[in-house]
Amino acid sequence: MSITEYAKYLLAMAGVTYLLRTIPFILLKKNIESPFWKSFLAYVPYTVLSAMTIPAIFYTTNSKISAAAALITAIGVSLLGRGLVLVAIAACAAVLCVDGAFLVF
Amino acid sequence: MKFSKGICDGLPIGIGYFAVSFSFGIAASKFLNPCLVTLISMTNLTSAGQFAGIQIMQAAGTLVEMILATFFINLRYSLMAISLSQKVTPSFGTLQRIFLSMGITDEIYALAMSQKERISPTYYFGLTVLPYIGWSLGTLTGSVAGQILPTVLTNSLGVALYGMFIAIVVPKVKQHRPTLIAVAIAIAISLLFHYAPVLSNVTPGFVIIICAITASLFAAKFFPIEEKTE
Repeated sequence: MSITEYAKYLLAMAGVTYLLRTIPFILLKKNIESPFWKSFLAYVPYTVLSAMTIPAIFYTTNSKISAAAALITAIGVSLLGRGLVLVAIAACAAVLCVDGAFLVF
Repeated sequence: MKFSKGICDGLPIGIGYFAVSFSFGIAASKFLNPCLVTLISMTNLTSAGQFAGIQIMQAAGTLVEMILATFFINLRYSLMAISLSQKVTPSFGTLQRIFLSMGITDEIYALAMSQKERISPTYYFGLTVLPYIGWSLGTLTGSVAGQILPTVLTNSLGVALYGMFIAIVVPKVKQHRPTLIAVAIAIAISLLFHYAPVLSNVTPGFVIIICAITASLFAAKFFPIEEKTE
């Protein structure tokens, strides 16, 4: 990727993100009233994060087994009510154990 | 509310951001140099958006795709901005809003909204400082580490970001069944686009957009979220 292409991507990302935050903050003084659009916006973060995680997580590690281990560990630790950082560490540890074991044996 | 209180309140967010952006740095260091990776974090300050952004960059997606993906993934910030605008002091003028809107993230917003008092510009600025530094510094550290550390280690650290995503989704899904349904639909569509012939040609940015919009529209239509009385 050339530096020009990078600059275009960066400008698009940063520009859109900034305007999304700033325009409503400056202009809108009223809350959105429509229950439908409020609900839609409330669901968006969760659907985005799930779609980004699956199946992409299976292609980030050395093997699908270690990725599956990370996924299961992360879900398990989250169900126990642990916070973001601990869940993230547990997922990393799961991958390290499985991939490490593959390297050794 | 004081600047110094903002700094203190922002500390835990800053530490958390350092950890998360570290893994973003690692992921992006596979195809960008550390300076360019850090610049993304310094200008965006958004986890899911940046993550999708580098996926699109890596896949050499179109600019339209980048704009649409960023728009839909970060659309929630507009909602937060609207709700935050109801909670600020009158001294929070247009100029302050132009500068400080950069700090509207999930965590900073949540912390600001949990305060009893109205939010002053100085407090909000203080609240933003450490998360911003943590996010930028974590990215820089991660992207340098990504080039030095062995692959086994960086791959394992790379899942940290997914771990965080899971940690956000799971507790919500556990207590709110319609979100579970929405998430299941999003995952099903995502899998379909990844493995079905023809559909797998659709680039990752658009897949995320299609999944999120379809699943969220469906859930909003059939399971509208009840108004919270404040």
